Amino acid sequence: MSERDLAAPAELRKDQRHVFALIPEGARVLDLGCGDGALLAALVSRRGVRGHGVEIDDDRMLDCIRRGLSVVHEDIDEGLAVHPDESCDFVILSQTLQATRDPRRLLREMSRVGRASVVSFPNFGHWRVRLELLFRGRMPKSRDLPYEWYETPNIHLCTIADFDDLVRDEGFVVRRRILLNGRGNPMRTSIFAGWRASGAIYLLQHGGDARPT
Amino acid sequence: MADGASVGVVETRFAELFTADAPLRLDSGAALGPVTVAYETYGTLAPERDNVVLICHALTGDAHVAGVHAGSDKRGWWDAFVGPGRVFDTDRHFVLCSNVIAGCSGSTGPGSINPETGRIYGLDFPMVTTADMVRAQRALLDHLGIPRLRAVVGGSVGGMQALQWALDYPDRVGSCVVIASTTRLSAQNIAFNAVSRQAIMSDPDFHDGRYSEHDAVPHRGLATARMMAHITYLSEEGLQLKFGRNLQDRDRVSYGFDRDFAVESYLHHQGSKFVRRFDANTYLYLTKAMDYFDPFPDAEAAARALEPVTCDFLVCSFSSDWRFDSSRSMELVEVLLRHDKHVAFQEFTTSLGHDAFLLDVPPYKATLKAFLDRRAEAS
Repeated sequence: MSERDLAAPAELRKDQRHVFALIPEGARVLDLGCGDGALLAALVSRRGVRGHGVEIDDDRMLDCIRRGLSVVHEDIDEGLAVHPDESCDFVILSQTLQATRDPRRLLREMSRVGRASVVSFPNFGHWRVRLELLFRGRMPKSRDLPYEWYETPNIHLCTIADFDDLVRDEGFVVRRRILLNGRGNPMRTSIFAGWRASGAIYLLQHGGDARPT
Repeated sequence: MADGASVGVVETRFAELFTADAPLRLDSGAALGPVTVAYETYGTLAPERDNVVLICHALTGDAHVAGVHAGSDKRGWWDAFVGPGRVFDTDRHFVLCSNVIAGCSGSTGPGSINPETGRIYGLDFPMVTTADMVRAQRALLDHLGIPRLRAVVGGSVGGMQALQWALDYPDRVGSCVVIASTTRLSAQNIAFNAVSRQAIMSDPDFHDGRYSEHDAVPHRGLATARMMAHITYLSEEGLQLKFGRNLQDRDRVSYGFDRDFAVESYLHHQGSKFVRRFDANTYLYLTKAMDYFDPFPDAEAAARALEPVTCDFLVCSFSSDWRFDSSRSMELVEVLLRHDKHVAFQEFTTSLGHDAFLLDVPPYKATLKAFLDRRAEAS
């Protein structure tokens, strides 16, 4: 992946720009929890991507339809039943994994539908999180995790080490791992990544026969 | 959402299509000609003739979608959706709707005169399919000099026609909107239709479909068919909210066979209202066409049918619709995605049941309007 490819549209959120840069020209993409469709629309218009989205929220659906996107109103916790096997190159799951009811099942579904996955999530092992629990004795809150414990949609938070374990157990190959610092920029080194990264983006390849990306 | 304005006073027009020599060839092998098609239009046809939105009506609909006819105050069946600023924005689109063939609201159907015998067709009218209805609509477009549709839109049985359009005339459809519909009737759906037809055909006034020659109307059978179908158009929750166990014009039950309950009275009213406006034979033909509809009988047929399709799709369903519930729409979405079509699908939460597609469900109207408006901006 060259530096030139990292030039992503300014209208995207920082984490979306990193995801944008991972998707090659002309790929087939399924964006799970695509929100208002900004990332998908950028991929379609600037990368020539053949893209579909999934979104559960009515208002965001409307945004997607206004953008002219192919998007299905669906609860990803119910699986990806309408999406055929191996129907896309990349399945994107952006900042949503921790809010799903069965993350492992969803990752398996993603591996059924796509040849590769792009998964981003907040790191529950970040030092601020650890210190907050250690010293305040309360469920941590931060920019990435702004909710009170009783109303948070994030029911399956994990650390980078936890996610690495799951990825290994499921037999996925980590093609790329972008660790993000507290400002959402890629970290230069992965030393003490589990402490230092506030979040991560993984490019996962499923099975052995997928082509290199 | 802004309510927009009414299209005002409109009139139904009639096109004479096909002839005895150049008839409409039907799927059954039969030929029909000449064929009259009743239609209405709203808005202005662009000089480029590229702003046409075709609405396909449902089972008991007609060409009168919006506005009022001179001297009448009866509004069209989708009036609140059509007009300047409305979902079908007549400032942007030229909106067209025609009565299906085999219908009873101006288009040739079983109540028309058979030119070969000089008698009313009755059950001698040939069986028509959804594809046949769409063929007649296409002939109407040719007659009107319209090469291509910006969008074709339909709810319920109208959604089946819209899908048929996308499959049969892929180069003439820009977008296809399928609302509260399905790619095929389930056994339960067919069963309801079968009982409806049985109610009509077993009415002593049916006379093998020649009731008009006997100055009769199988009104009991037709009303019963409508009453039963009407239950399937509403949700259990909707009926419960509206009627519950309320009694009709009485304080206590009669311990007899009067219409004690409000819901009985309501259905009876729906039945008798329907009999005054709808033809029993048409009901038989159109429910049969619905039963036969199955554009994707197997995977190979689906692949063949969808191969040339280039339009994008909007598929809508309603959470409390049990006639064609959301899973039926999802089946359509699944087959479209399997063949890599561009499809937006949304389920709307409402207690209004199948009928919701005709009604004021604000998020649904917003989505439909956004989808159609975008098509206008894109062209």
